Amino acid sequence: MTWVLIAATTMACVLAGGGAFTARAADPIKIGFGMALTGGLAGNGQGALLAMQIWKDDVNKAGGLLGRPVELVYYDDQTNPSTVPGLYTKLLDVDKVDFVVSGYGTNLIAPAMPLVMERKLLFMGLFGLGNNEKYKYSRYFQISPGGPHPTRSFSEGFFELAAKQNPRPKTVALVGDDAEFPQNALVGAREHVKRLGFQTVYDKTYPPNTVDYTPIARAIKATNADIVFVASYPPGSTGMILAAQEVGLEPKMFGGGMVGLHFTSLLTKLGPKLNGIVDYGFWVPEPTMKFPGIEAFLQKYQPAAVKANVDPLGFYLPPWAYANMQVLGKAIEATKGLDQQKLADYIHANEFDTIVGKVKFGADGEWAKDRTVAIQFQGIKGNDVEQFKHPGRQVVLYPDQYKSGNLIYPYAAARK
Amino acid sequence: MFSWELLANAVVAGLLLGGFYAAVSLGIGLIFGLLDIANIAQPAFLVAGAYGSFVLNEAWGVDPIVTGVLLTPVFYLIGAGVYRVYYGSFERRGEESLRGLVFFFGLLFIIEVSLSLKYGVDYRLVQAEYIGRSIEVAGVGVAFRLLIPAVIGVAMTAALYLFLGRTFYGRAIMAVSQDQAALRLMGADPVKIKTIAFGIGIAAASLAGALLITITPVVPSSDREYIGRMFAITVLGGMGSIGGTLVAGVILGVSESLMATFFGPSWAPAVSFGILLLVLAVRPAGLFGR
Repeated sequence: MTWVLIAATTMACVLAGGGAFTARAADPIKIGFGMALTGGLAGNGQGALLAMQIWKDDVNKAGGLLGRPVELVYYDDQTNPSTVPGLYTKLLDVDKVDFVVSGYGTNLIAPAMPLVMERKLLFMGLFGLGNNEKYKYSRYFQISPGGPHPTRSFSEGFFELAAKQNPRPKTVALVGDDAEFPQNALVGAREHVKRLGFQTVYDKTYPPNTVDYTPIARAIKATNADIVFVASYPPGSTGMILAAQEVGLEPKMFGGGMVGLHFTSLLTKLGPKLNGIVDYGFWVPEPTMKFPGIEAFLQKYQPAAVKANVDPLGFYLPPWAYANMQVLGKAIEATKGLDQQKLADYIHANEFDTIVGKVKFGADGEWAKDRTVAIQFQGIKGNDVEQFKHPGRQVVLYPDQYKSGNLIYPYAAARK
Repeated sequence: MFSWELLANAVVAGLLLGGFYAAVSLGIGLIFGLLDIANIAQPAFLVAGAYGSFVLNEAWGVDPIVTGVLLTPVFYLIGAGVYRVYYGSFERRGEESLRGLVFFFGLLFIIEVSLSLKYGVDYRLVQAEYIGRSIEVAGVGVAFRLLIPAVIGVAMTAALYLFLGRTFYGRAIMAVSQDQAALRLMGADPVKIKTIAFGIGIAAASLAGALLITITPVVPSSDREYIGRMFAITVLGGMGSIGGTLVAGVILGVSESLMATFFGPSWAPAVSFGILLLVLAVRPAGLFGR
């Protein structure tokens, strides 16, 4: 009788344990993050969130990761860096997430770094610029394709193209916002100016709340610069483009590091005024950048974006937000576990096929090789949004591997 | 880099910018300067006006300035309604100082979040034939995108100046800021007068919003960039002085333009606010304040 009781108890324990094991296996893998859903970066943040939700749905439809569903736990960081440490502490200590990934942008990644480093967590960054330059944290990875020297990557194509023109332009005007990204882009631009032997004739910044850009455009025009490099956020990009046209500033090349020209709302409103501008880009719908999965992603994203009132084309950030999660998901599947160190080692050691192409990270978690492209707006007619979905409007000029057309030079020729 | 042509262009650009700044600040000049109500939600109405203009421009292609004018009655009624709530909840009870400030702070966020939820957080810009075009007279270029808002800003200033000085309701608004009891003895209802003044102030902000979105793209959070500038212009011009608002707007506009042209645009805000501090040190009531 005693043996029967022992056997029954043992069996019950095994079954109970098995039950518990079954319950754990069905528990979702929780991925937590803060995201700019309000505030200055919300336009991009909301698009990124939508892309991450599409990834989650895709993964769950395919059976989840390691047989477990994926759940996203997120909070609005309000584009306010001071909210980030609190949000990530809550994600880890209250929500008990398995992984944290970053919100959008350098300023929102930086305040999370000390916490994730202290807890030795894997951390996937979304469009941070040089966040790990000083820390050299081995479990940090960043998805924007700036390569080992991201500050230089934004302007490399612009200046390399300028240097190849005949007759070669000599003088450069540099202008940009008094804000983090434009300042970094200007630092990189100055290095290219020096390296390629151009002469700087104007190098100034303006406050982000500038209303009238015509005095700036006129001052640049007075220097008679051959090429004008602008590093700006959307209001500055729009202001400089309109002011340049209004004062007749028509250098041989114009553009460079203008944020905002990738967003549908400004693409459609500026329309033909964009023709001839050379800008940086990460992904555009050119035949040379049709990576496996990108079309399927955009077919899901674009209708959902219209409903959610976020950027309906979604070329700038959403594919990268999706790809960032793809890297994490593929690493979890490959290592068959959630061990943060094993995952980091795997991500360092392997190349990933994503919807933005093959991704390979270098030692400090940035892309091993720069893949920022230089594009030129060409042949834009009217303000119809559909034209931007087709090749030939944002032509890739640099690097040669992704080149889809030729630079129309000088700037005035592209505006005819 | 100095040339007389650059100087002339900088001054003209500054004058145009000043006209726009006056348009942006007139409403707060009326509400804060005359009624002594610290309506920090005023820039949110500016942005709401910009969105109203954007919506009509997007849907029917109506000129943004025309849409701005068309929407002023709507914003007048909204402004009148807001004042009634403010009066009933705070001013009537003598709790307007701190609680009223919190009320307007909350209103600012409600407007901002409502715009975000309804229209998203993308940058919005309007389309009009004159955006991106300019004329040149004797070597001085004038962008229509700035000329039209400046002309309207001056017209708004003149209209408000005449209204306040030559109409019964205008004089009553001037009087309510000085002595409400005396106004009541004259047979006018101070609450009604303040409601009208507040409505006009909000309508002015909405029209200025239409001018704003003609000049530069707007997002729901753009209001934060105008709080300081609006109040600075009102204080510099002198509390309650409508003409002073235009003069202050022009001083700031010209100084910003000259700095941007000759010394670097980064210095512009420092010089503008330096002028404000200097004026306040010499004339604490502002240039034309009483």
